[in-house]
Amino acid sequence: MNWNTLLFLVFPYVALALAVVVSILRMRGRPFSVSAQSSQLLESRKLYFGSTAMHWGLVLILGAHLLAVLLPKGLLLWSAVPLRLYLLEITGLALALWAGVGVWILLARRLSEARIRVVSTPMDYVVLLLLLVSIITGIITASAYRFGSYWFPAVFTPYLWSLFTLQPRPELVADLPFWIQFHVFNFWLLVAVFPFSRLIHIVTVPLGYLWRPWQIVIWLRRKRPLRATPPAVPHPAPASKPQPALQDKGGSYGSD
Amino acid sequence: MNVRAHMSMLFHLDKCIGCHTCSVACKNLWTDRKGTEYMWWNNVETRPGAGYPTGWEEQERFQGGWELGKNGELELRLHSRARGLSRLFFNPALPTLDDYYEPYTFRYQDLFNAPEGNDQPTAIPISMVTGEPIQIQAGPSWDDDLGGSNLYAKNDPNWEGVDPDIQAQMHEIERVVFNYLPRICNHCLNPACVAACPSGAIYKRAEDGVVLVNENKCKAWRMCVAACPYKKVYYNWSTGKSEKCILCFPRLETGQAPACAHSCVGRIRYMGVLLYDADKIYAAASAPEERLVEAQREAILDPFDPAVIAAAKEGGLDDEWIKAAQNSPAYKFVKLWKLALPLHPEYRTVAMMFYIPPLSPIVSTLERGLIKLDLPPERMDFELFENLDKARLPLEYLANMFAAGNVALIEPILKKMLAVRILKRRQSVYGEVDAQTLALLEAAGTNLEEAEAIYRLTTLPTLEERFVIPPYHREAAAELYNDPLAHKGEVGLGYIQPPRRGE
Repeated sequence: MNWNTLLFLVFPYVALALAVVVSILRMRGRPFSVSAQSSQLLESRKLYFGSTAMHWGLVLILGAHLLAVLLPKGLLLWSAVPLRLYLLEITGLALALWAGVGVWILLARRLSEARIRVVSTPMDYVVLLLLLVSIITGIITASAYRFGSYWFPAVFTPYLWSLFTLQPRPELVADLPFWIQFHVFNFWLLVAVFPFSRLIHIVTVPLGYLWRPWQIVIWLRRKRPLRATPPAVPHPAPASKPQPALQDKGGSYGSD
Repeated sequence: MNVRAHMSMLFHLDKCIGCHTCSVACKNLWTDRKGTEYMWWNNVETRPGAGYPTGWEEQERFQGGWELGKNGELELRLHSRARGLSRLFFNPALPTLDDYYEPYTFRYQDLFNAPEGNDQPTAIPISMVTGEPIQIQAGPSWDDDLGGSNLYAKNDPNWEGVDPDIQAQMHEIERVVFNYLPRICNHCLNPACVAACPSGAIYKRAEDGVVLVNENKCKAWRMCVAACPYKKVYYNWSTGKSEKCILCFPRLETGQAPACAHSCVGRIRYMGVLLYDADKIYAAASAPEERLVEAQREAILDPFDPAVIAAAKEGGLDDEWIKAAQNSPAYKFVKLWKLALPLHPEYRTVAMMFYIPPLSPIVSTLERGLIKLDLPPERMDFELFENLDKARLPLEYLANMFAAGNVALIEPILKKMLAVRILKRRQSVYGEVDAQTLALLEAAGTNLEEAEAIYRLTTLPTLEERFVIPPYHREAAAELYNDPLAHKGEVGLGYIQPPRRGE
């Protein structure tokens, strides 16, 4: 096995497996640990500049990457006109710089504010550093190897699809320049770290808020259909038999 | 009619002595953990004053509660749904720790470990967040008893609409007046915290109305903190989860009053069931400002009405709960005698904790430095009753606090309380009720029988009369999920999930 296979075939699968399996285990087993861990209460002003820039910058750039994976032809068609190509590249670069400044502010805030240092775990620093590396290598890639929106659909779209469809072709990234490879590997590193860090809060984005009713009222003692019992059957008499499927519900209140 | 029950607390402000026993009981029970040091689920403020967190009533800044939209429909003041999601990364209306105070302790070890020297060792204050020495700038009840203060009392938002001359007088030492305002979560019928939570982690229990945060679902979007107009949802900076008053539901479920109420030295707190019509919540929350209190009273039902009892039973309430609702001190003070009001009804959350507004001291004048009641004794009793506009605490101030600025709601309450006070004084001084007093009772819209009942429940209630807590039937809740005998064997103190070996 050569380095290329290890870094761009084996490691991505390990990272993806970790991300999926550990995330599910954590969301189900230790839901209390899943939180965005906001520190706005402790420090608000620097967070405004750091958090807004970092989040919106990264969300938009990641969205663009995702579009390139899902709609490569659309991207190529868009970039066929030079003006549109420049517009896209400049927007991407500006967003990356904005996000980079945001991450830098957050990192500096975490190091300099006494209150924030107290609530910082080693993993918080790791995440911020990985994001910073990702943004810097991304900016180098975009400026030194122009134009990403031309060659991304030809290189990374097939690479990523080859991984997702279980017919991996790591040779696609084998001969790429160092900085691009670094950018890609750093991405897989972020995926691997995802379930072990605060990054897991990304999967809890509360889109359901857009349509749920304003008020939530819960009946604790009203009889409801049990998971293990068909609704038509009346409630079983006490002590008739244990209900194994319900043992996990946890006391009077349910675990979640 | 959709009848539900609500556990409601009542605060008789005339009796509050501001001893903070309630706050300490609550703190020792629930918020002495890391990340919760700054939280006071129960706090007692001096009014007029800025309160805790400082200036919590300034909704232009904190964006709490609901307001009526252009077409008269109810809208969350904090955000629309889409706007709420767009502000996940930064919530501009969120108070910071400095709006509360930075919690502190003292380095007591210094007292023991200081080297021998010529001066006394001191314990310096250190922050309970960073552990580093701090200059204490604020604390819980920092403005305690500073009723006339230019720094605190002057900044009270409830002065709005009060004559500036009267406001100026409130800072003169002879005119100073203040009362205490104990506050817990209001467990509202239309809670803004529930509506603002993007994760849907906060919910209201239908059985008793307690509003709770599901800590497993909370993802630290912290919209609840801003949306609650009473600032009674707190963000735990250590765990990254929101926390709030739970109305001591573990105590309620075992037949005990909440710790704040139970420990109350002045016995100002009452606890009882209110039956309400869930179909009328929206009407109560969206009523025009001057009708807000009335609409809420309409949503609260008469537990003696056979139609209400039938609907309550249909809704799953058992006889014990209906009996508790009939004996409820909350029902008597809120609905029957109309003496209790919710705090800031204009926030439109339909708060379900109620306050009996305080009476002012007897009107007095100042002569050659001596406070003097220059009235003949036969006039003295009636002076304040007939001149409520001369009360030391302006009625507009109380109205801003308890009646959305509607003085017409405050006046009859104070008159009724004064009538009871005058009746009992004359009874104990002169022995019998004269025609003048009876006329006064009538003018106050009450009668001998009711006045006697108000007097009894105000001054002489037993523990069982103050706290009427129905059986919660926890066993019924356990049966929903589990074989009760198995349940009894596997959950004990402190376990939410059955303890298993190796976990």
